[in-house]
Amino acid sequence: MNGSIANKRPAAAEKDFGMVSQAQPGLARRLARKARSLAFLVFLLALWQYASTSLLDETTRTLLPPPTQVVSAAWELIVSGDLFRHLVDSLRREFMAFIFALIAVPLGIAISWWALVEEQLDPVMELLRPIPPLAWIPLSILWFGIGDTQNEFIIFLGIFFPILLNTISGVKGVEANLIRAARCLGASEWKVLNRVVFRAALPQIMTGIRVGLGVGWMALVAAELVGATSGLGFLINDARTVLRTDYIIVGMATIGLVGLLIDSLLRQLMQVLLPWSKAHSR
Amino acid sequence: MSTVNVNNVRKVYPGHAAQDEPVLALENISFEVGHHEFCSILGHSGCGKTTLLNMLAGFEKPTRGEMTVDGKPVGDPCWQRTVVFQDYALFPWMTVAQNIGFGLEMRKVAKDRQKAVVERNIELVGLKGFENRYPHQLSGGMKQRVSIARALAVDPDVLLMDEPFAALDAQNRTLMQQEMGRILAASEPAHRKTMVLVTHSIEEAILLSDRIIVLTRRPGRVKANIQVDLPRPRNEDNPQFQSLKTQLRDLIHDEFAVEH
Repeated sequence: MNGSIANKRPAAAEKDFGMVSQAQPGLARRLARKARSLAFLVFLLALWQYASTSLLDETTRTLLPPPTQVVSAAWELIVSGDLFRHLVDSLRREFMAFIFALIAVPLGIAISWWALVEEQLDPVMELLRPIPPLAWIPLSILWFGIGDTQNEFIIFLGIFFPILLNTISGVKGVEANLIRAARCLGASEWKVLNRVVFRAALPQIMTGIRVGLGVGWMALVAAELVGATSGLGFLINDARTVLRTDYIIVGMATIGLVGLLIDSLLRQLMQVLLPWSKAHSR
Repeated sequence: MSTVNVNNVRKVYPGHAAQDEPVLALENISFEVGHHEFCSILGHSGCGKTTLLNMLAGFEKPTRGEMTVDGKPVGDPCWQRTVVFQDYALFPWMTVAQNIGFGLEMRKVAKDRQKAVVERNIELVGLKGFENRYPHQLSGGMKQRVSIARALAVDPDVLLMDEPFAALDAQNRTLMQQEMGRILAASEPAHRKTMVLVTHSIEEAILLSDRIIVLTRRPGRVKANIQVDLPRPRNEDNPQFQSLKTQLRDLIHDEFAVEH
C-alpha cells in the first residue's frame, strides 16, 4: 500500500513539470513551434540586411556590414584557423583561472564553518568584493605585463567571488538536522564537512560556478581587449584598428555563443550530477 | 546495560537580543529510563521536550544538572545515542541503502558486514525493493522507515526519537505506530534498545511505552512519571488502555487550563 503511494508521487510530479516538453506529439510539430519562435529574429536579420545593403551608403556600410558579409567573414576566420586559435586561447585562460578560483570552495566552507575564520576574513572579503574585476586591469598589467597571467588574474577575480559567496550561503543553508544526523551516526568533524556539508551545499556551489564562469567570461573579454596579444577580446579589438567591422561582429557573436554554450553545458552537468537536488529546488 | 539518568536538569536559553529576558525552558527534570525500557516524554508543543531529547543526544548542553548513560556523563553526539528526527533528516543525495549504511561506514565496519546489516534493516522496516531509490522518490512514511532503519543499523545503546510520526498523514501515522508496537512486541526484551520517544500523542505514548513522563507547560517540569504494564501488542479497545488514556488526558488538560 505504501509502495503505491510512493510510486504515484514522482509520476505526478513529472506530469506537472514535463508537460511542456513531453506532452507534444510528433517531431514536425515541435520543429514548427521552434521555427515560429525564431520568426522575429529572422525578421530582425532581414531588416539588418536590408538597411545595410539598401539604406546605407558605401562609407557607412563599413560600420554596419550586412549579415551575409559577416557570415562570409566568419567562414574566412574559420578556414584560416584564426577564430579557433583565438577561441582556444580564451578558453584556456578561462579554464586556468577557474582551476585557481576553485580555492573559493574550501575557503567558503571554512568561513561558514569556523566563526574565527569568518571574523578574520569577512572584512577583507567585504573590502575586496565591491571592486569590479575590470578595475584591477591597470594594476595587473603593471604587475604581470601583457599576456596570459594578467588575463587569468582578471578572470580569476571574476570567477572567485560568485563561487565564494554561493559556497558560504550554501553551507549556511544546510539543514541543521542533516549535520546532527551525521554526528549522531558517528561522523567525525572532517566527515561531517566532507560527506554532508559539502554535498548538501553542492547545488548552490554549482550555481556559484555557473555564475562565476559567466562573470569570468565577461571579464576575460575585457582583459583581452587591453592586455593580450591573442584571444577573442584581442581579435575584436585588433579588427577595430583595421576597421574590419565584420570580424568584430564575428568575434562578438562567438563570445556570446560560447558563453551560452558553457552555461548550458554546466546546467546539464548539474542535472546529471545532482538529480536529487531537482526535487529540492523545485 | 544502558540506563539513562536525568538528574535535576535545568535549561535556560539566553534571550535573542541583549535586552530580552532569558527563557527558562526546563526546570528540575529528573527521571530514569531503565535498561531496554521504552520511555515516552509526553507534553504540549513548546514544553521543552525536544530540548530534553537534544540534550540527551548531546546536541545541546544542560544549563545545570547532569545526564548520564550507564553512569557516564552525556558528552558530544555519538552513535551510541542516535536520533530519529521528525523531519527524517535523510541525506537527499544518497540512496536508501547508502543512507542506512552511512553510520556503519562512519564506524568503519567491514564492507561485507555493512551490506548484510543494511539488508537486514531494510527488510525489518519493509522496504525491500526500494534500496536504490532516493529519498525524494519516497513517501513520508517510507522516509521515516528509512530513518528508523538508519538509526537501528548502527546498533545504538539508546535510541532517541523526536516525534517520529508527527509529520505523517493520519493513516500512515497509525500504521507506523502499530508497526513499531509490533516490532516491540515481537522482540525479546533482551534484544530491545533503551528508547526515548518525544511525543504529544497520548495514544502513541500508551501504545508503545513502558514508562510515560508527562511534562508541564513551559517551563517544563515532570508532572507525572507513570509505569505502563499493559500486555503487548497493545490494543486501544482494552479498558485499561482507555482508563490510562483518560488519566493522561486529564493531566494534560490540567496544563491547558492553567494558561487559558
